[in-house]
This record gives sequence, structure tokens and C-alpha cells, in this order.
Amino acid sequence: MIYRESGQFKTSYQNDSVIFPIKQDRMFIFALLALAALVVPMFASEYMLSGILIPFLVLSLAALGLNILTGYAGLLSLGSAAFMAVGAFATYNFLVRVPGMPLLLALVLGGLCAAAVGILFGLPSLRIKGFYLAAATLAAQFFVEWVLTKFSWFTNHSASGVISSPPLEVFGIALDTPVSKYLFTLAVVVVLALAAKNLVRSSTGRAWMAVRDMDVAAEVIGIPILKTKLLAFAISSFYFGIAGALYAFILLGTVDAQAFDLHRSFQILFMIIIGGVGSILGSFLGAAFIVLLPIVLNLLGQLLHGIVSTQFLSNLEMMIFGGLIIFFLIVEPLGLAKMWQITKEKLRLWPFPH
Amino acid sequence: MNPNRKIGDVILKAENISMSFGGVKALTNISLEVREHEVLSIIGPNGAGKSSMLNVINGVYHPQEGKVTYKGRTRDKMEPHLAAKQGIARTFQNIALFKGMSVLDNIMTGRNLKMHTNFLQQAWYWGRTQREEIKNRKVVEEIIDFLEIQHVRKTPVGRLPYGLQKRVELGRALAAEPTLLLLDEPMAGMNVEEKQDMCRFILDVNDEFGTTIVLIEHDMGVVMDISDRVVVLDYGKKIGDGIPEEVRQNPAVIAAYLGTSH
Amino acid sequence: MEFQFFLEVLVGGLLAGVMYSLVALGFVLIYKASGVFNFAQGALVLFAALTFVGFQNMGLPFWAALIITLGVMVLMGIGIEKIVLRRLVNQPPISLFMATIGLSFFIEGLAQMVWGTEVHGLELGITDEPFEVGGVFISSFDLFAAGISGTLVAVLALFFQKTKLGRALRAVADDHQAALSVGIPLQHIWAIVWAVAGFVALVAGLLWGSRLGVQFALTLVVLKALPVLILGGFTSVPGAIVGGLIVGAGEKLAEVYLGPYLSGGIENWFAYVLALVFLMVRPEGLFGERHIERV
Repeated sequence: MIYRESGQFKTSYQNDSVIFPIKQDRMFIFALLALAALVVPMFASEYMLSGILIPFLVLSLAALGLNILTGYAGLLSLGSAAFMAVGAFATYNFLVRVPGMPLLLALVLGGLCAAAVGILFGLPSLRIKGFYLAAATLAAQFFVEWVLTKFSWFTNHSASGVISSPPLEVFGIALDTPVSKYLFTLAVVVVLALAAKNLVRSSTGRAWMAVRDMDVAAEVIGIPILKTKLLAFAISSFYFGIAGALYAFILLGTVDAQAFDLHRSFQILFMIIIGGVGSILGSFLGAAFIVLLPIVLNLLGQLLHGIVSTQFLSNLEMMIFGGLIIFFLIVEPLGLAKMWQITKEKLRLWPFPH
Repeated sequence: MNPNRKIGDVILKAENISMSFGGVKALTNISLEVREHEVLSIIGPNGAGKSSMLNVINGVYHPQEGKVTYKGRTRDKMEPHLAAKQGIARTFQNIALFKGMSVLDNIMTGRNLKMHTNFLQQAWYWGRTQREEIKNRKVVEEIIDFLEIQHVRKTPVGRLPYGLQKRVELGRALAAEPTLLLLDEPMAGMNVEEKQDMCRFILDVNDEFGTTIVLIEHDMGVVMDISDRVVVLDYGKKIGDGIPEEVRQNPAVIAAYLGTSH
Repeated sequence: MEFQFFLEVLVGGLLAGVMYSLVALGFVLIYKASGVFNFAQGALVLFAALTFVGFQNMGLPFWAALIITLGVMVLMGIGIEKIVLRRLVNQPPISLFMATIGLSFFIEGLAQMVWGTEVHGLELGITDEPFEVGGVFISSFDLFAAGISGTLVAVLALFFQKTKLGRALRAVADDHQAALSVGIPLQHIWAIVWAVAGFVALVAGLLWGSRLGVQFALTLVVLKALPVLILGGFTSVPGAIVGGLIVGAGEKLAEVYLGPYLSGGIENWFAYVLALVFLMVRPEGLFGERHIERV
């Protein structure tokens, strides 16, 4: 009875086009944000922040990026991690080479570098589609990994190819505790998630979906195909870039190019398949799932201590991920987000069945 | 009679169009003219080259020979996005809607050329983008009212019955406020009632906005009723061109087309 | 001397290329018959090699292990078709592709859970002594592997062209519905194709396994096969062969002649860049069918 939209009449198109048209949804989101920003920092343990929440937020951002590219614009990428790497290494170089570079500016510049590389590797999408394009994005994956490993300029000539985060601060506040890191990540992710939601509900997002659903028809109504695809590559790579920089400096602190290998790209792809392709909410649900599953499995492993080996568990984890991907593609191709939506539809009518 | 309905000058001229797909001739030396504000039907048996002709007009196909003159500019080949910019909109024989989007979003997409905010403004949304969205939404809602599809405006188009999908596709084309509207079998697979509705929409568009319409249709009754002029194709060649009455009496046409039971 | 060295590199590359073709062939088979881009082919190669070595280590003789493994691979292929792909028939190709990525994770996890994660040696009983032909040294193992691969490719090409089953397969590839309507049992055919792909994976697993050792890295051969497919076209058996040769030779030559200027390690991406440049010029690949989009 609580979740009901009766009595909420939309008397203008403005009212009808707000992000969350149903009042209860709006209140839920505000409550969630308040909880995340005010309550969590007070009570969460260090492990909770650094082990669960920050990874969740950073990976959500990467999933958002891939969802823009694959979910909305229909361009499958297997090279997401490459653009994360570009963002991380570019941000690093801006920070250590430019004296007095503010963190936020370095992040944005790092994101822009990733976007530029994204556009470069998106160029083949003019001529090729589908699997061929997916294979082309693998070129980005291997090439970027190689460049960052082979040329020590990118790591500021660090002997081991590892880059370490310089001291970070935003507006004079040092980011040296889990709480400050968490809040900073949260702020970045909320802003970028809002921007993504806004983009996909305006003409850019409609152009992406049009190209995804039927490119010939999109072209006929005047949508410039290449420009639309490249914009998707650029914006999604920008998101990857920021996510990569946060991953490297906020989450890990020390990182090398191997942290952004093909496995990471697949991980992000799995997040959007499980969470929901073409859904902003799905990016978050998928990231949460992927972060939590190994933790749950580990707990299980501790319970069964001595009975099963860690080796067994890590193989089991692979099988579960693989199995889940297949399960979702067969049973609910639109992922957790769709399941959530169906539940809400039911809730709207509950307790009346019809 | 509405002053807009006065048939004007030639707006589009295709000259000596020839095109083949890997050796199979689809169009042979076809010329035709479309005049402002008229309803022109292209008819002919299956495989006569009707759809190919529409595809040449708005640049989806590029003919090997011939040229197209539209609004005074002559081109060897049209490009689809140029055609769209210059006011050519169309629907497809096999519905080409964006299946993952709602009716509203599909028609809104038809207005993309009228929207000018950039992606940064859209990421921010409030202000210019929102004003633009609302302004265009009003136009789209008028089209939705006109086509009588208010009840399904938020339904994903993939879930609509065939007849309604055809309407939505017309709506998306109309959203661009075209000067020339190309309709590829807008009434195929419809029952009599749906056909009547669609005829009414087409005539209303032509009448109220003065939109020039080129349509492909198999139903002879409909064609003879609503067309100002009819072009007949057979095996990629033009065998008739004139007002419905003339075409009806053209022996070549009767032999090729009307003689068979349709 | 310079030229002899060049020839040696070229021949070595071409021979390695034939082994790429072999993996690519597994892809082409399944893509042709069911339109599925089977990313799990690499996992199948790993699974086949691990299974074979596992049975050998149990004390089974070579032939017995080979036959049992073949049986396992065929069953696995049929199982994949029945459990996974049949339920995804009406999904877009990209979904099927993603399902096979999931499948590859599942199979890799399963393979290591059953057979463990150590690196096993695999001895096929072929000595690897280089011999000399006109001043050019050739690895006898490479030659043997290329010979096996070449034979298999030729047999499969003949099978597609000449047999009744091959015709049915090609019909299915062209148009599922039409093939069904003339009485070709679709799912039966798909099961056969997956079984054959399992067999190809076994051969690839044995050859690659004896070269690299049977280990997780075997799954990476799928990444070598992708540029081959881009070059050759996803639907062409001859394309897989020629593409494999080009990638094999190009990679080795680039490594030897370009590598020193680029501080080495370029074999991971060189084939991809080669394939990409090629794609920009000819999007349908060397032998792929040019597709006319009709609206």
C-alpha cells in the first residue's frame, strides 16, 4: 500500500520528465544518498569502506562507462580496462609532472586522455560492427597494456613499472583516511551517475539507442552515425578513465598496468550483463553483485575451513560467474535491474492482484 | 480547397536511374518527377523496384547511373543524413522502429535534427536542455494526439501490434516536419478499418501541412482514391506515369499489373 | 645469410600460423553452422588437453586416453548445445557471444577443479630436432604439427563441400528457417557441429599443449585466433588457413625485424593491429561474404 502512485498527477511535461517520476522513488533515493553520505561514514568499519564500498563505487563507475557504450549505443567492448589504465596513468603523470596540479583537474584531464584514446580505437566502428568491433577493442586492450609496460616514461621511469599514488588532497582536505577517500569517491560517482542519467534521457541518449536498435533508420532520420558512435566511445572512455584513476589511487594506492588486464575488462562486462544492459541502475546492481559474490564465497570457505581449498573456491567462483552469465542471458537478459523493475510493478498493484 | 493543396513545381527529379545488385538489375533507366504538395503513388508487382526507388531518393542506396535533383540541387548520389536535413522523411516496408525504446522516445528521436543542445548541456540538463526537451515534447504530443496513440505513449514499441507500430513509424517521420514524405507500403498487412485510418492520416498530413507524399502501395482501391499521380514500375522499368485515370487505361499497365487479380 | 635467416623466420612463422588456423577452424565451424561466435573455443582446448593428460597420468596408454578424451569432448560439445545454446536461439548474436564468454569461464573453472592447476608436460613422442633444408633450419615438431593441422583442415573442407551432412551444414548456415522447412533436423546438426568443434579442440589442445605445456595459458590461444578470423572472415575455412598463415608469418617477422626498435613484446598486439588495418580496407575479410543490407 505504501508504494502507490495514485494521486500523483503530472500536470506538465516538466513534471513528467523528472528523473524519478514516482514520489516514493525520489524519497528512496534521497534517503539512500543521505544514508551513504552521513550515516555510513560514522558507523562503517575500515574494512567495510576500503574492502567493500569503495571497490563497489569505483567499479560502478566503470560499469556505467561500459553501459553507455554497450548498453545504450550497442557497441560491445572487450577493452574497457585499457581505457581505465589510460586514465590512471595519465592522471598519475599530470599529478607528478605538473607542480601544484589539483587532484580534480588531474582526474578530469586523465579522463579526457582516456576519451581521446577511446575515440582513436572507436574509429574502426565506422566500417565494422558486432564481433569484428569487439575483436578490435581487444587491440586496444593489448596495445595499451604493452605501451604502459614497455615505455618507462609513463611510469615516471619507475624500475618495476609500478606507479604509487602521490599524497592526495581536495580543496585542502587530505584524502588519507578510508572515510575521506570514501566520501570523495561517492561524490565523484554521484555526479557522474547523474550526468549519465541526464545524457541518456536527452537527445544524445536517444541517438545512441537509435543507432543501437537500427542504424539504417537512425541515419535516415538524420542522426550522424559515426559522430554518435564516437561520442559514445569518448564519453564511456572518460568514465573508464576516471574509474581507472580512482581504482589506482583511491582504492589500491599502488598499481601497474597488469591491474587493468583482459580479466578486468571481462569483470566489467559481467557487471553490466548481471546488473542490466542499458540501465543506469543496473550498473550499480551489477557492481554490487560482483564485489559481494567473492566475499560471500570466502565466508563460505572459512565456514568449510579445511574441507575445501582456496584453489577449489577460486575455481568455483569462476564457474559461478560463468554459470550466472549464462543464467541471466537465458532467463533475464536485462539483468537485475529488470527484476527490480518487475518487483516494483508488482508492488504498485499489491495487495490487489489486478 | 486548402491553398496549400495547390500542386506546385517539381520538387524532386530523378533522371535515368539505373542500379543493380551484383548483376541483378533492380532499376533500369528510370526517370520520375515529384511535384510540390502532391500525393504520388508508385505501384508495381513484387520485385518491380519500388522500394529500391525510394531508397535511391533518400540516399540509402546509391545507383550506378543517373542523378537526383532535389530542391534545385543535382547529385549523383544522395546521402541519407543530407536527405534528412533537407526535409525528406520516410517509413520502411519492414517496420524500422527502435525496438528498445518507448513510443514517445521513438517519435522524439524523429526530432533530433531540431534539437541543438550539446552533450555537456545535456549532461547538466537543467536550463537549456530541459526547455528544449519540453518544447519538443509538446510537438511530439501533438503528433501522438493526431495519430490517436495516446494510450500507448510509454509502451516499448516492440510490444505494440503491427498496425500501431506502422502508425508510430509514421509519427516518427512526421516529427521531423518533412517537406517530402516517403512511405513504403504504409498499409501492408492492415485490415480495412486500419487502412481507412491510415488513409485519413496521410490525406490529413498532405492537406494540413502541404507535405508532399510519395507512397508505395499494393491496394489499388486506395491508390486510385488518394493519389494525384501514379507511377507504375515493372521489372525495374517504368511502364506508366500519369493521373490515376490514365494509368488505369494504359494497356501496358493492365497487362503487367491490373490484369492479374489483385 | 641474411636471406636465409629471413627464410627461417618466415617458415617458422608460417608453421606456427597453421596452428593458429587450427584454432580458428573451431570458430569457423560453429559460426558457419549456427551463427555463434564461440569464445569458449579456447576453454575447450584447455579442457581437452587437461583431460587427455589427466587420463594419461592415471596410467592409461596414449590411444586409450585419446579415445576417452574424444568421447568426453564430443559429449561436452553436445551438452553445451543442449543446455546453453538451444535456449538462446532467438537472442541477438551479441548475447550468444556473451554467453560463450560465460561458458569459457565455466569450463576453465571446471577443468581446473577436476584436473588441478599444475602445469603438465605432454609428450606426443615426436622429437623436436631441427633439420636443414637448403641452409634453412626447420623444427621437425613444427612441421609435424603443421602437417596434422593441414590434414585436419583439408579433411574438414572436403567434408563441408562433398558430403551430404556437409551440404546440410551449409544449408543451415545460410538460412535456419529454410533449412528446417526442407527437412534438415536443425538441432541434430548443431549437436554434430559442436561435437566436431570439440574434436578440433582436442587436436589443437594436444599440439599446443605439447608445445607450451598443458596449463591455463592454453586458453589464450583463442586470442591468437581472433585476428586470424578477422583477416579470413568468420565464415570461411580457406580464410582461416590463409589468415593463420598471414598472422603467423607477420607476427614472427615483425617480432624479429620491428621488435628491437619497439623494445620487444609486440606479438600480443601486432596481429590485432594488422587485422584492424586490413579491416578498414576490406570489412568483410579476405574470404567473407559481402553483405548487402536491404531495407
